[in-house]
Amino acid sequence: MTGSGTNPAPRVALERVADGTLRVRLSGSWDLAGGVPPADEVVGELERGATRLVLEDAGLERWDSSLVTFLHEVAAEASRRGAALDAGPLPEGARRLLGLALAVKPHVEPPSPEDDALTARVGRVALHVWGTAGDALTFLGETVLAFVALVRGSARFRRVDLLHAFEATGVSALGIVALINFLIGAVLAFVGAVQLQQFGAAIYVANLVGIGVLRELGPLMTGIVMAGRTGAAFAATLGTMTVNEEVDALRTMGLRPAEFLVLPRVLATALMMPALVAYADLLGLLGGLFVGVTLLDLGTTEYVRQTQASVALRHAWIGLSKSVAFGAVVALTGTYYGIRCGRSAAAVGEATTKAVVMGIVLVVVVDALATVLTYLLGL
Amino acid sequence: MDEAPQIEVRDLTMGYGERVVQAGIHFRVSRGEVFVIMGDSGCGKSTLMRHMVGLQSPRTGDVYYDGEGYWAAGEERREALKRKFGVLYQYAALFSSMTLEENVSLPLVEHAGLTEADAREVGRLKLALVGLAGFERHYPAEISGGMKKRAGLARAMALDPEILYFDEPSAGLDPLTSRRLDDLILELRTSLKTTIVLVTHELPSIFELGDHAVFLDAEKKTMTALGKPSDLKESADPKVRAFLSRGRL
Repeated sequence: MTGSGTNPAPRVALERVADGTLRVRLSGSWDLAGGVPPADEVVGELERGATRLVLEDAGLERWDSSLVTFLHEVAAEASRRGAALDAGPLPEGARRLLGLALAVKPHVEPPSPEDDALTARVGRVALHVWGTAGDALTFLGETVLAFVALVRGSARFRRVDLLHAFEATGVSALGIVALINFLIGAVLAFVGAVQLQQFGAAIYVANLVGIGVLRELGPLMTGIVMAGRTGAAFAATLGTMTVNEEVDALRTMGLRPAEFLVLPRVLATALMMPALVAYADLLGLLGGLFVGVTLLDLGTTEYVRQTQASVALRHAWIGLSKSVAFGAVVALTGTYYGIRCGRSAAAVGEATTKAVVMGIVLVVVVDALATVLTYLLGL
Repeated sequence: MDEAPQIEVRDLTMGYGERVVQAGIHFRVSRGEVFVIMGDSGCGKSTLMRHMVGLQSPRTGDVYYDGEGYWAAGEERREALKRKFGVLYQYAALFSSMTLEENVSLPLVEHAGLTEADAREVGRLKLALVGLAGFERHYPAEISGGMKKRAGLARAMALDPEILYFDEPSAGLDPLTSRRLDDLILELRTSLKTTIVLVTHELPSIFELGDHAVFLDAEKKTMTALGKPSDLKESADPKVRAFLSRGRL
């Protein structure tokens, strides 16, 4: 900031005067690149009872924030110990900056009223979980009311948003759904074949793939892919809208976010999921057929006939029915975390992560419940 | 302006795609002065600042720092030239996942090579300079708009830059907070001898802070006035006169 020439190292010389005054004589070149010299010596003198500090320019050549940082540290320590401070003999710029830094008294955080006992901490977590569950239930209720409004024809949302949601959850997802399900079908066939070939029953791979893909893996894998893809996109979009106060703007305009933002997304995902799963089923079966024909030397006609003979249509219906629930769960989770997002960029990331994790967990939970239900119904 | 200018904008043309925003921009900024870039909404004030701080490249012309062309320089030199200036963005642009102390000490650790402990000390000083002592551990979401601006300023001056750019520092602040920020800018200029480039359309700030100012006209797509703000009140251009007197001619 000031001066120039050679760059001798920053120096701090201390001189004790009889009446408790400590003269801190500063010299040399103070450059941020060289770091900030420690203030330990001065602090030590203050501990030994210095009651007045005089900060002096004793040949400062060049200085920048490293000097002011040093001065600030020393001044703060002096203030803590009630020692008087005289910065008069410093260069004017440094004196002004020190004055500016000390002008506002440091903000002192009030002590946290929170009890730190184990029972209190467990209680807080329990209350938080209870609160979240209640909040999620409120959100679900608002969405159900939005659907009631839709049925009555009074729901207010833009039809174009619904079309965009159809595109985002349908056509745009075809590629990734096709790839995952083809590979899942192929892997299932391959793993099954290794076992079944030992008993000369390789043809039963068609049964395994047919039932496995149509009833379980097709819907489940598509649900998981959609949680990672669409659920995350919903959370990120609505989260950013929340940060930008767009959701608040909707509310003040008298538009319900549940109708305007949530409804089209949940509707589109729930309606597109069966179509996606039908497509996923087809690709999964093709994956199994591919392995059956190329690796197991089964004939294409033979494999197809075995599939037709062994797989009842109800398996496909069960899978397609579950997919509607999966779609609704994924979209509800994504929109919930998006709308309940905090007000920062980091909060959007957090909302997206939660939406994906919770979306996948709920898809698997719904699948497990559906499996128990179909078992009880004898399907 | 007898001495060599610290910043010189020469024949700058700026645009987005096919659209030219401003053309023929030229002015000089001397060391230690407060230079104001002003104009009506949408005239390209912030775009000009983006060109000056290396965020957007010009169609033609260049921005010279101590005689060295920024856009003519290679990538490595440009990185070095960036060390000359700090920027306070319109909405402070604090990293929301970091505390205020981490925000300020980031450039100190990454660029100045300071140890974490030294960077924290310098960070504490910079926050104290803007009146935020004690808020080191707070996150941006926990403080008010005016405090965010001040924290952004602390980060902008972390590396003791020679030049500070301010994009609409008063935007969204109440008059008192805005006034305190203006006072702080003046105090920093006096204490640090920093050159300040201010993008604003706040008349009190223009008259109180500005040594010189340039006026960008959105319709003519070029600068229509350059000089001391008090002199520009009597400018030959009626639009500049109207702007500086809030339309009361």
